[in-house]
Amino acid sequence: MNLDSLMLMRDELVLTVIILLLLVAEILLSSKNKKYIIQLGLVLFGIYTFLAFLPNKTGELFGGSYNTYPLVHYFKAILAFGVFMILLQSVTWIKEKLLPYDFTAEFFILIFSSLIGLNFMMSAGDFLMFYLGLELSTMPIIALTAFEFWNHRSVEAGVKYVMLASISSAILLFGVSLVYATAGSINFDVIKGALHLPLLEIIGLIMIFIGIGFKISLVPFHFWAADVYEGAPTVISNYLSVISKGGAVYVLMTLLFITFTAFQKEWNWIMYGTAILTMVVGNLFALRQQNMKRFLAFSSIAQAGFILLAMLSNNELGVKAIIYFLLIYIFSNVAAFGVVHVISLKTGKENIDDYNGLYLSNPKLSLVLMIALFSLAGIPPVAGFFAKFFLYAAAASKGYYVLIFIAVLNVTISLYYYLLPVRAAFLRRSEHPIPYFRSDNYSRLAFIIAMAGLLALGLYSGVFEFISNISNIF
Amino acid sequence: MDILTLFVVVPVLIVLAMVLFTKDLKQARMVTLIGMLVQLGMSINLIVRYMDARAAGNHAIMLFEKNVPWFSEFNAHYHIGVDGVSVLMILLTTLIVIAGTFVSWKIDYLPKEFFISLIVLATGVYGFFISLDLFTMFVFYEIAVIPMYLLIGIWGSGPREYAAMKLTLMLMGASALLLVALLGIYFTSSAGGQAPTFDLLELAQRKMDFEWQKIFYPLAFIGFGTIGALFPFHTWSPDGHASAPTAVSMLHAGVLMKLGGYGIFRFAMYLMPEGALFWQDFFLILAVTGVTYGALSAIQQTDLKYINAYSSVSHLGLVLFALLMINKTAWNGAMLQSLSHGFITALFFALIGMIYGRTHVRDITKMQGMMRIVPFLSVAYVVAALANLGLPGFSGFVAEMNIFVGGFMNNDLYKQVLTAFAVTSIVVTAVYMLRLTGRMIFGPTTKIYTNLPKAFWYEKTAIAILVLFITLIGTLPFWWLQFIEESVNNFIQPLIK
Repeated sequence: MNLDSLMLMRDELVLTVIILLLLVAEILLSSKNKKYIIQLGLVLFGIYTFLAFLPNKTGELFGGSYNTYPLVHYFKAILAFGVFMILLQSVTWIKEKLLPYDFTAEFFILIFSSLIGLNFMMSAGDFLMFYLGLELSTMPIIALTAFEFWNHRSVEAGVKYVMLASISSAILLFGVSLVYATAGSINFDVIKGALHLPLLEIIGLIMIFIGIGFKISLVPFHFWAADVYEGAPTVISNYLSVISKGGAVYVLMTLLFITFTAFQKEWNWIMYGTAILTMVVGNLFALRQQNMKRFLAFSSIAQAGFILLAMLSNNELGVKAIIYFLLIYIFSNVAAFGVVHVISLKTGKENIDDYNGLYLSNPKLSLVLMIALFSLAGIPPVAGFFAKFFLYAAAASKGYYVLIFIAVLNVTISLYYYLLPVRAAFLRRSEHPIPYFRSDNYSRLAFIIAMAGLLALGLYSGVFEFISNISNIF
Repeated sequence: MDILTLFVVVPVLIVLAMVLFTKDLKQARMVTLIGMLVQLGMSINLIVRYMDARAAGNHAIMLFEKNVPWFSEFNAHYHIGVDGVSVLMILLTTLIVIAGTFVSWKIDYLPKEFFISLIVLATGVYGFFISLDLFTMFVFYEIAVIPMYLLIGIWGSGPREYAAMKLTLMLMGASALLLVALLGIYFTSSAGGQAPTFDLLELAQRKMDFEWQKIFYPLAFIGFGTIGALFPFHTWSPDGHASAPTAVSMLHAGVLMKLGGYGIFRFAMYLMPEGALFWQDFFLILAVTGVTYGALSAIQQTDLKYINAYSSVSHLGLVLFALLMINKTAWNGAMLQSLSHGFITALFFALIGMIYGRTHVRDITKMQGMMRIVPFLSVAYVVAALANLGLPGFSGFVAEMNIFVGGFMNNDLYKQVLTAFAVTSIVVTAVYMLRLTGRMIFGPTTKIYTNLPKAFWYEKTAIAILVLFITLIGTLPFWWLQFIEESVNNFIQPLIK
């Protein structure tokens, strides 16, 4: 171990240093100056995000427990960018709700710890590191879910989340132990070579899949999602629905495509069924939601179903499609949640009907909402269209036309509910619309970034080509 | 920048100019009008250059091609080019948008947003007509559909939310079927060991497996057919038309619904000829049902917009019918009908909008003797009605003549019988058109409407443009057919051997 090899885990180290700096700042700053922690956290994380985009070497550490390669490195950077946008949106919330209780530094420390966990999980080379990362990413988020402790719904959401997260971890661990029992190792490479298809291994794989399925909120493991998203502070719902889901999808992808690729025939059927279930159930439940946060929760469940389409491909095209989709999904969901967040913070209103006549009072916010929802629904020229198209293409490359047919029918259904907030904001008028307000500059910056991303990433193919070039992980 | 890309870029620039500089209705409509006049100049320039190129002996299938890689991973290109049919369709779109701008001269609610949505829609349509790559085509197709939701939902009347949602969901559902077909075409094109491609001209060179054609052709046909009002997927159209604001109805019936027939002609049949022959009889029944059912429904209606919407279902059914007949005469008729119907329906909807704007009634039983009150509009309405029922001298006659002659040219009794059924629609059209004009235009004047304002200059301009082109097609059919014929000759090749 020397400095060079240590630099392989640069992302995690920098984040750890940031956390320590914030801890020190929290201790040193007098209570009058605590508000500068927000700026400090933002700036430090901005630096981290910038560093994350610089290229890194390929290699492994700790005897193969930790490895890094371009795809995982840049995917970490994408997640960091997503977190940065979320942080920008949360500034006002922190100032208004957390600063009086002096919880600012804790917020940053917890969310950064969770991100470190995700990074370790994605870079894991064996189940030990994988599990440590998973838990490190989940625990802080449980705390953050219950962070608005004066609000009983937030606490309730925290309790729900801790229950289901621990159950899913238990199932996952059981699965891991079954795989260990048959393959004789927890190292992914060794397992890959030692798989010989006894039933026990398949059961183990299914249990691991269930454990990760909880994180991605696949049906039938989605029951926590709507309640937790609704109860948690909006920024945390946002984090849960894009960042932590994105990390889990990445891990699922590498596990299936690389480690368990020998089981393809078995897990393909599981994916096939789960994909249909997730799309249909997510869509049908989203149809009737009134609360915007619950609505986005079910929408994000349905979106997870679409990701599974590309999971079936087990080829490079699938990797590209998934990574690109997650990138676009981060932009769209962050923007959509952001609008809900600023409106909810300003007026306390979260229902779709409350948005009636929004365009007349807040045209820019309505446009952001519309573009974000169009992206989620997959309407060109917004980037979401291209992302979805590539998912279908990945599934079509293996000839799953029936599944694509079901998926496109689901897209049509989903268009209905994505148009509901648009209808409220643009088509309807209201006696008591949400009054005009100017959202804070940090949120505006986040919206501008998200909009630029959504409009440019599809029409300009460079980003996709870049992802294409680093997607060879087989 | 090449001459075709400008058709997509200029509208985007207009939208940008509008977002940045305009404040009220006057500025918005001026920017739109100037922008669209530029588009008109470009369309005329395109036609002139196109004729020059053909006269100089350039017999390539497509002219002014440009091919830029877009997503190289999928071999998806931004590939554009035009032939005779697309040139005419571009001209049609431009003229309808200009007429629509004049019709919307006094729109009061959110005018800027209205014109922006209108132009975004037109951009999608332009893009669709110039695309030679299935991927590009699909992107533009969806861009054309989605502004419709806002246009009907915000500026519409009656059950506008319902109509807008129904229209959007049905058209997007259809495009979803189309998407499956596109992916099928794409991935099966690699059968010969080459890289899969979305390129129209290249796909035509590779023969698609018959078994796959049987599966994907109906998906593509229904996908395009839905927007072309194929029975029984036409139900979005009457509701959509009835609720849409005037200019949107014009653009919608005049241009957007043409994407269906055009798409089948350009993509579905060309790429899957054996599938087309296999499914020919089945879809013929649907098309003929649409033709007769649309006409009969129109008799039953008393709402002006519904009458015209069902009339559109009937007349666009004829386009699909003619395409399914698969011979040159019928296809010439189909393309001519697309064009002619575009102008006629646009004229109808413009007039209905103007009359409704004065009387606030669209029920034909509630108004009579409009000839004495608004003579200009009434005369124009009679012209539109006569053109619609196929009076010689107007465009409808030429188009339908070609279609029915083409239909009877089949030696097959089944097709001749179906053609006979389709021909009856002309009689039915005459019934509802003449009854309507008799009731609404002539006869004693309804008292409460005696003080209505006469037609304004901008209304007259819109009408004049449309009437001019209806008579131009009717009196000079061969000038228009020269564009259509060479295009039809190329695209019917795989189907007739």
